Amino acid sequence: MATVTDTQHAPHSHGKPSGLSRWLTATNHKDIGTLYLWFSFAMFLSGGVMALCIRAELFHPGLQFFQPELFNQFTTLHGLIMVFGAIMPAFTGLANWLLPLMIGAPDMAFARMNNWSFWLLPPAALLLLASFAVPGGAAAAGWTLYAPLSTQMGMGMDMTIFAIHIMGISSIMGSINIIVTILNLRAPGMTLMKMPMFAWATLITAYLIIAVMPVLAGAVTMVLTDRHFGTHFFNAAGGGDPILYQHVFWFFGHPEVYIMALPAFGIISHVIPTFARKPLFGYTSMVYATSSIGILSFMVWAHHMFATGMPATAQLFFMYATMLIAVPTGVKVFNWIATMWEGSMTFETPMLFAIGFIMLFTIGGLSGVTLSVAAVDIALHASYYVVAHFHYVLVAGALFSLFAAIYYWFPKMTGKMYNERLGKVHFWWSLIWFNVTFFPMHFLGLAGMPRRIPDYALQFTTFNEIASVGAFFFGLGQLIFLYNMLVSIRRGEPAPQKPWEGADTLEWQIPTPAPYHSFAEAPELEVAENGAIRAMKGGKHH
Amino acid sequence: METTEQTHYFVPSPSRWPLVGSAALFCLGLGAALTVNSLGVGKVLLALGFAILLWMLFGWFGDVIRESLNGAYHGKEDMSFRWGMGWFIFSEVMFFAAFFGALFYVRTISVPELGDMAHKLLYPDFTAAWPLSTGPGITQHYEAVAAWGLPAINTLLLLTSGATVTWAHWGLIQGKRKQLAAGLALTVLLGASFLTLQFVEYHHAFTELNLTLAAGAYGMTFFMLTGFHGLHVLLGTIILFVVLLRVLRGHFDEHNHFAFEAAAWYWHFVDVVWLLLFVFVYWL
Repeated sequence: MATVTDTQHAPHSHGKPSGLSRWLTATNHKDIGTLYLWFSFAMFLSGGVMALCIRAELFHPGLQFFQPELFNQFTTLHGLIMVFGAIMPAFTGLANWLLPLMIGAPDMAFARMNNWSFWLLPPAALLLLASFAVPGGAAAAGWTLYAPLSTQMGMGMDMTIFAIHIMGISSIMGSINIIVTILNLRAPGMTLMKMPMFAWATLITAYLIIAVMPVLAGAVTMVLTDRHFGTHFFNAAGGGDPILYQHVFWFFGHPEVYIMALPAFGIISHVIPTFARKPLFGYTSMVYATSSIGILSFMVWAHHMFATGMPATAQLFFMYATMLIAVPTGVKVFNWIATMWEGSMTFETPMLFAIGFIMLFTIGGLSGVTLSVAAVDIALHASYYVVAHFHYVLVAGALFSLFAAIYYWFPKMTGKMYNERLGKVHFWWSLIWFNVTFFPMHFLGLAGMPRRIPDYALQFTTFNEIASVGAFFFGLGQLIFLYNMLVSIRRGEPAPQKPWEGADTLEWQIPTPAPYHSFAEAPELEVAENGAIRAMKGGKHH
Repeated sequence: METTEQTHYFVPSPSRWPLVGSAALFCLGLGAALTVNSLGVGKVLLALGFAILLWMLFGWFGDVIRESLNGAYHGKEDMSFRWGMGWFIFSEVMFFAAFFGALFYVRTISVPELGDMAHKLLYPDFTAAWPLSTGPGITQHYEAVAAWGLPAINTLLLLTSGATVTWAHWGLIQGKRKQLAAGLALTVLLGASFLTLQFVEYHHAFTELNLTLAAGAYGMTFFMLTGFHGLHVLLGTIILFVVLLRVLRGHFDEHNHFAFEAAAWYWHFVDVVWLLLFVFVYWL
């Protein structure tokens, strides 16, 4: 055992700090995880308000509330804030909260850097939101910031570029922390091929983030120098090409799609076995499927660019490579269903969201396969069909999995039970209004309605009205969630150590709520696949 | 190293440095956005941001060094640092990959396409070549930097510095402190000479070759790639210099010298990027 010579810096000699400084100077993974989760929820609400502005404008044809410039700023910032402010930080927050508990680590590997990863996000969000107030307004080129739109525009674009740099630094540091924690701090017995799927999913996600966030930084740096320092990366006059931007951006952008999906797969791989009271079917194939998706995600980027006039050979390559991703994803969906097969299932809120995830994510996946067909994509490119597709995988996918995760781990995090009835209302409300909002968009896209335009032809009116009504009800429903969380944290019933009968991973072996310093000493574990604990020795908390 | 039996892992107490660092990056981000739009207050914010960042770096690294000297770190912590540095360098590799990607794209796709028959109507006088001497739509004429002048000397300097830093490492492992200090000092000197020569080369490019960032596909890829590389050499030299100062204060021993190795890894990474630059930017 290591001897600690300096008592001042002895591990965990510090108790639970209080007041504001507890949050500002936090080195505790649970505190930092909590910060991440609340921040992402705040961003979810502000990005959601922008979405509602978009849907309000699109309720009727013609211009009602916003000028096209402002409308474009809303679509751009809605995307950027939901991707970088809501979904990614929410998964990082969950990883922070859960990884050390799941693998028996005392904290994240770099606790101070962990704090920096989080506290870089509010300044970046501030830069993004403040850009609405500068001359010319916020960035209005769409979240993809395509050149030459992004090489024009006002100061809002520069603020967006630097906000992306800061968020990139944040997510790279967060990912290094996740990878090192998983590789170096697993408790004895928690081997790689037995650790929980959530750990595997975040490990591969973190790898993707480190590989592609610097590429996005490079892309927006080229935009910046094209704007202000006379380079011609995206300008044919100097020998550059606007299409180059799309290549560099989507080299980041496609892995980014899986950065927002793989952690969701990890969550579902815990919720489904717990409430089916059966071990996860095909754990090893899940690990390999997750890894294959990670590798394939680097080889499909140009399927976002079928309409740019690529050579037919390139279109074919990217089309087939994209279709190939349906194989490992199909393996996952099959395994989840096989896990439920003949299980003794109960349908608590996390399970409802998980099953909702599987159904709706599969619909989003199938519309993705449709879009991957190069010939079909020429017609559907930049239409509402695409908007429908990625909201099925991001809202019903990433967001539903996040709700599943929050309900599932809420008892362990807070020591209280959430209100099950409100949880179920939240699920059914979200499920119904989500589909009312986004299903008609498939029809709109197939009929030819382009995305990112504040006005539309009269024949699109009915479906747009339905979608807008759905969006407002969907948004309203999220207040049920907020209310449930706030009330349950204060007045919820005390939760037992293991509120879910079928839960078998390490975090359910320790007291509820999780002690402030869990696993100050590493436990010795006997582990089965997917992190199921057979026996635990030692492992001190305080 | 006691990785097998270690059951405690060092978790630092609450620290204000991350928050200070965030304030610094906020000032830098906002300051830069204002500065590129020629708003005077931006420069003030930039300066403030740099000052806060420096304060944070001194404070944070100071804490880490104190913890290291007080024996807070053992095998597990050391391994974490190693993994962390490795993944950080990987992220840097991917940053350069974006710019190398842009270089290969303009060389193999966009420049040849702009010179083909389909573009004759738009740019009748443009002939595709590499290095370009002007762009299809710009009037500036420029010359490319020759590979076998200063760049070749710089290649030699960096390769030699890779050897001297390894020599210093041997000195450290064998407990030869003088060899360690001398090797490090030589490496820092070679790094500084590289930067000086690069400065001379840039001056030559600006004043005699008429080569600038705005000089089309060649100029932009040349300056962005060599410029970001130069910044990394600068950073690497500063890191090695700090390590040298720590060596002179008696830090590090045969077993406990992660900071030295991290600096050396970073230096080798910068070295490899330069070799790629020399081949693809200067030579071929």
